[in-house]
Amino acid sequence: MDIKQIASAGTMESSDVYVEIAPGNGTLEISLESVVVQQFGDAIRAVVLEVLQEQQVDNANVRIVDRGALECVLRARVETAALRGKGNV
Amino acid sequence: MRRSMLFLPGNNPNMLINGNCLGADAIIFDLEDAVSPAEKDAARILVRNTLRYMDFGGCERIVRINSIDTPYWKKDLSTILPWKPDMILLPKTGAAADAQAVDAYLTELEQQLGMEPNTVALMPLIETAMGVENAFSIATAAKRVRALFLGAEDLTTDLQCKRTKESKEIFYARTRLVMAARAAGVEVYDTPFIDINDDIGIREDAAFAKDLGFSGKVSISPRHVEVINEVFSPTQSEIDYAYEVLDAIALAKKQGKGAISLRGKMIDAPIVTRAQQTISMAMALGLGREEA
Amino acid sequence: MDKLVKSIQEAVKLSGLKDGMTISFHHHLRNGDFVLNMVMEQIAGLGIRDLNVNASSLFDAHMPILEHIKNGVVTGISADYIAAGVGRAISQGIMQKPVQFRTHGGRPSDIALGRTPIDVAFIAAPTADPMGNCSGKYGKSACGSLGYAFADAMYAKKVVVITDNLVAYPLQDFSISEDYVDYVVTVDAIGDPKGIVSGTTQITRDPVGLVMAAHAARVIEASGLLKDGFSFQTGAGGASLAAAKFLKDIMLEKKIQGSFGMGGITGYMVEMLQAGCFRNLMDVQCFDLKAVESIRTDPRHLEISAMQYASPSSRSAAVDSLDVVILGATQIDTDFNVNVHTDSNGYIMGGSGGHSDTAAGAKLSMIIAPMFRARLPIVTDKVTCVSTPGKDIDVLVTQGGIAVNPKNQELQQRLMAAGLPVVDIRELKEKTERITGTPKTLAKGDRVVAEVIDRYGQLQDSIYNVPTK
Repeated sequence: MDIKQIASAGTMESSDVYVEIAPGNGTLEISLESVVVQQFGDAIRAVVLEVLQEQQVDNANVRIVDRGALECVLRARVETAALRGKGNV
Repeated sequence: MRRSMLFLPGNNPNMLINGNCLGADAIIFDLEDAVSPAEKDAARILVRNTLRYMDFGGCERIVRINSIDTPYWKKDLSTILPWKPDMILLPKTGAAADAQAVDAYLTELEQQLGMEPNTVALMPLIETAMGVENAFSIATAAKRVRALFLGAEDLTTDLQCKRTKESKEIFYARTRLVMAARAAGVEVYDTPFIDINDDIGIREDAAFAKDLGFSGKVSISPRHVEVINEVFSPTQSEIDYAYEVLDAIALAKKQGKGAISLRGKMIDAPIVTRAQQTISMAMALGLGREEA
Repeated sequence: MDKLVKSIQEAVKLSGLKDGMTISFHHHLRNGDFVLNMVMEQIAGLGIRDLNVNASSLFDAHMPILEHIKNGVVTGISADYIAAGVGRAISQGIMQKPVQFRTHGGRPSDIALGRTPIDVAFIAAPTADPMGNCSGKYGKSACGSLGYAFADAMYAKKVVVITDNLVAYPLQDFSISEDYVDYVVTVDAIGDPKGIVSGTTQITRDPVGLVMAAHAARVIEASGLLKDGFSFQTGAGGASLAAAKFLKDIMLEKKIQGSFGMGGITGYMVEMLQAGCFRNLMDVQCFDLKAVESIRTDPRHLEISAMQYASPSSRSAAVDSLDVVILGATQIDTDFNVNVHTDSNGYIMGGSGGHSDTAAGAKLSMIIAPMFRARLPIVTDKVTCVSTPGKDIDVLVTQGGIAVNPKNQELQQRLMAAGLPVVDIRELKEKTERITGTPKTLAKGDRVVAEVIDRYGQLQDSIYNVPTK
């Protein structure tokens, strides 16, 4: 499913994560910046992909700026950004 | 047992993920006043995930949804209900019909989700003059109504009076709510104390609420939780006296005596009931005797 | 005899400083210090190279030292604490020779024992007279105690006092006396007051910090140590200060009069002194204006040297009379070893300071830290760097439970009897990882960039470079 509009969710505060999602060029591109990238980078990428798959998003540019969010917070922010991007609030 | 209930803003991850460590008997995830209209969707999903993934141990999980005059409340409920919050706090409940509308939708959702009816309890927040006047009918509006909660901030605005630390302006509302709730056989919780830096004021305010008959008190600051817990817990001398009462009863039964006196006072049924309440609370807090 | 010289450069020349020698600095002006940079600039200008810098601490105000390292002016560093900016460069491998970390007690001990001789000590002095009597209590750059500078003054071959407030001889209330001082230099400013002391040190408002602080106070209450004569040290971190506040409430309520509060002193400790919680404060370093004001005006507020504070080779040190110390940690492992040297990615951003010394001396050494910071659990299987050995730590207090070192069974029983949430440290680790997930372990570099020397002068652990990708 396509992302219709640029949307974001979350904040840059500690324990939160900022997710920005924009219409893609035919593929799913994910950029990740995280204070715990060495320890949790792979885990974060896997969760982001899983949530986007659940949301049936396969064509989008996604930017993640993580400030040490727990998995449940990351899932919530990606889902919110995807729903907002689909215009499905 | 809910001595203390603590509000946590529904869109603040840092607060939500530590909610179970703050000492409160219950946490209220707030989707209403603490969340701006533009973030209602984000908070709803974040609170749902918190309910789903975080272990709150013995800490009860309550969600304050948006009031029924907003476009949000049904979405709030349908989003969070699969993860079984213990209770729903309904703001601005003015009449039995408000509680019944939410009750009906909850029943529908419980059915869809294959949950037992009345699994999720309802606690109307009474914060309007109309709500205070209708307190008893609200408390008895549905089976799932298990408690009332007084919200003095909105109430004093409605009353067109000033909200003061002395709280004389809400004395009637407080006693009226306790009366209505006790008559209906439900619990009743007192309004938050607003000055988070006044350590003495919170203690006095909580003690006064306890003396009026409130079951516990809500807090907007983690700093108040410990004091509230302390005030609403039985003291050691209260526990000791309760055990003395029950021991005297047991002894009198054995000896076949009718009237019993303890410390020169007749022990009648209300004293026994109160002693039993004290001991069940002490047991829940781990302050009771080893053997029952 | 005239000790006054016109400039830092002249003092450096007169001191006889040559290539390969050791110079020293103290850190009482903290992140406001100008002196280290001014002195290094003159030394570099004179073409002197290959120096060893023994500084009690390096702050990010001292970032210009990195240039001197690149240019070969500085080839060795010894410090008790190195802040994140300088620390990052060291972790990236800027030095050929590993940095030597010591403790606040180990540094003066090694100086006094001749293990780390100093050729020239440069002492920033907020007030001095022309013969070198000096004090930190007066002047526009007042910093309070000069505790860390005493060993430098007493044992360096040459001592240069640098001041921005020269007063007539004799300076009345001096800390370091003229008999140690060779030269005195005046400059416009030795530091920026804003960086020297903070206005007020605030208690945390963070709810998790407050929960930990409340636990900490209850642990102290239950430990059996809180009685008349009680002695106490705590850091300036928000949660530590909040613990001091809760402790103060308990002491006042129970009418307990302690003997002394110690350490880096904050306004909060001053309030405890004034409220009657302690007879005295023993102050090796002031953290804020209120502490400076107090040490200047209140005779109960004592200035102590780093040797008296914490040196293991002193005939006695105050840390050995300490009942309770509250300390921080970036990591703690299941053997209770604590790391305060490196951050979660392995970069140097701190140091022991008085951590190991007070932990070794105090009857109850408490670590207070949240279960996790930015998703990283505080408890690990093995710390990246052992700053303070687990044998000296008694208890870890987090918001999610209190872990007692199994070596202290009595404390464990006391805390359990008081109804405190005691958990096994391994259980605490598992409980935390259920919330955060299990972090991958960091890739470690192959080159030692710093050696952690324990307070007795022995190598305790090595810090490796952080590989750059």
